[in-house]
Amino acid sequence: MQDNTPRNDLILFACFSIAVLAMPLWTAPFGADYPDLLQKFAIYGIFAIGFNILFGLTGYLSFGHAAFLGVGSYTAVWAFKLLTMNVLPAVLFGVIFAGIFAAAIGFLSLRRTGIYFSILTLAFAQMSYNLAYSVLTPLTNGETGLQLRGTDPRLLDSLLGVATPDGLPSPNLFGFELLGYPSFYFCAVMLIIAFYLALRITRSPFGTMLRAIKSNQNRLSYTGVNTRPYAMAAFVISGMYAGLAGSLLAVTDPLAGAERMQWTASGEVVLMTILGGAGTMLGPILGAGIIKYFENIFSAFNDATLHSIFGFLPHWLSDPLVAVLGLFVGDGWQLTLGALFMVIVIFLPGGLMEGATRLIQLTRRKRPDGGSSEDAAGSRRAFHAGE
Amino acid sequence: MSILQVQNVNKSFSGLRALNNVNLTVEEGHVHAIIGPNGAGKSTLLNCFVGRLTPDTGTVTFNGTSLVGKSPHEINQVGVARVFQTPEIFGDLTLLENVMIPTLAKRDGAFALNAWARVDGERAVIEKAEHLLEDVGLADKRDVLANSLSRGDKRRLELAMCLVQDPKLLLLDEPTAGMSRADTNATIDLLKRIGERGITKIVIEHDMHVVFSLAHKISVLAQGTVIAEGKPDDIKGDPRVQEAYLGGAHL
Ligand SMILES: Nc1ncnc2c1ncn2[C@@H]1O[C@H](COP(=O)(O)OP(=O)(O)OP(=O)(O)O)[C@@H](O)[C@H]1O
Ligand SMILES: [Mg+2]
Repeated sequence: MQDNTPRNDLILFACFSIAVLAMPLWTAPFGADYPDLLQKFAIYGIFAIGFNILFGLTGYLSFGHAAFLGVGSYTAVWAFKLLTMNVLPAVLFGVIFAGIFAAAIGFLSLRRTGIYFSILTLAFAQMSYNLAYSVLTPLTNGETGLQLRGTDPRLLDSLLGVATPDGLPSPNLFGFELLGYPSFYFCAVMLIIAFYLALRITRSPFGTMLRAIKSNQNRLSYTGVNTRPYAMAAFVISGMYAGLAGSLLAVTDPLAGAERMQWTASGEVVLMTILGGAGTMLGPILGAGIIKYFENIFSAFNDATLHSIFGFLPHWLSDPLVAVLGLFVGDGWQLTLGALFMVIVIFLPGGLMEGATRLIQLTRRKRPDGGSSEDAAGSRRAFHAGE
Repeated sequence: MSILQVQNVNKSFSGLRALNNVNLTVEEGHVHAIIGPNGAGKSTLLNCFVGRLTPDTGTVTFNGTSLVGKSPHEINQVGVARVFQTPEIFGDLTLLENVMIPTLAKRDGAFALNAWARVDGERAVIEKAEHLLEDVGLADKRDVLANSLSRGDKRRLELAMCLVQDPKLLLLDEPTAGMSRADTNATIDLLKRIGERGITKIVIEHDMHVVFSLAHKISVLAQGTVIAEGKPDDIKGDPRVQEAYLGGAHL
């Protein structure tokens, strides 16, 4: 427990905040320094942090979290249409509605544990997805997706006499337009706040109870703890995180479609969390970043790019090489992701964060006069609470 | 004064009569031992007290309130704690956390949205938990994960997790199984010491040395029926007990 002292947490939080705000700088060498991708890192980072509060702490594996992402998006676009183009109400209502929705689904799904819980959440999410395409089209605008219109009422804006530009207005923060980098920085600040809240939750007595649920739910109930409301609270909180992420997707692009609620999107956040390291503070964000990076960068690669990379090789060598590697880029980027995921799960069940911790320990052990007993204690504790 | 009354409890598992009209009265402050051969229904009886099982018929009354139909956390919150036959601990948490959790549950009740405070800032809770770890001789392993403990140590940890709640009634299902002689004696001493705090205990035990050195009263269970009940000396001399149980065991 000495690892997670308030001081260490403060350092962690400060480093994290600086790293997030400086993202445009250090992502440049990877070719990821454009706002469109950067804000995706931030948004899916929030989604994964929230998912980790449920899955990483309590062990309840939800396969339906994309539904809350979708609710957040739809709510935010409705807030833009009905109230104002200011993003704060959109975000606020996105979080609240996703929370209410999560409370309803959680109330039903948490009657079961293990695989049955997972299947229930999957079923409810697919139901929401199908409803968005059918019965709920007045709310979701079906396949076209929910969009802004010039004729939207925007009651608050017109009440306050905010001038409407020609064409479609863009989301703003008290008149300051959120396009490009400002939009990324808005998402980045949200990510930092989301991270801080998750850190507080994880280190609190409440967070300890959540980890106890994962560890031994039976013992916890014989210890006098009613586990249901704890799991429920974790479920709703993580649903609200998903709602925040969904509403930010609408902030960066005021459009909401049902495909955001599909089961593949739910599966993606599971991959992010496991890839990075479930139950750790930084792992899920790392996983989200890597998956979004692969999705955007590797999928943009094509055979021509590969040819130019391997241009220095003779043709008889570069042609088959490009043919094979071509399977793993472009539309095949998910193949790369799948391979990476398998390697991680087999060799590093604790995700990338476990890899990082092992590396640190390796370098420490190499130091001749390093306190080895301290290291041993550290390794025993390394993964129970994140670092 | 009696703290627990069990009346006409029956429990069957698909035809198997595990408990057959069990009646039991436990006096406050006493150590009440339940002995009997394997499969007699001892653990099943405790399961009916803590809400793991609901008796088919009969009543279980603790301090004037019925325990039948209550859920495990409610039963714990009225003051009943249990050490299980196979240790139930939080394996991937540290020993300190293992003991802090019941302390928090006792202080905050069945649910508290205590999400802003820092758990390592709960000085009083930590001190209490450390104190209990010291009592059971595990203080030096405070920051070790509970999974890495030996079976005997796990049992002592579980005992600390129960004791830290100052329960009114403590149920012990074979608390010394898997322990060395020295550890068993240390545990007996510990149980005697907490006896002085006035915690009522029900102890299931195969080790007659433990039973006769602790118990005020003994109930003998065989095939789901209480076949004898009384002071240790009476039980020792009872021929029915000799036949049903002690004959085949070490006395
Ligand atoms: N959940 C259950 N389902 C079916 N049968 C059960 C269940 N629990 C116990 N039994 C049966 O009930 C009988 C009593 O079991 P119990 O565990 O109470 O015995 P015990 O006296 O604690 O024995 P031991 O000394 O071996 O712990 C046994 O025949 C057992 O197989
Ligand atoms: Mg038993």
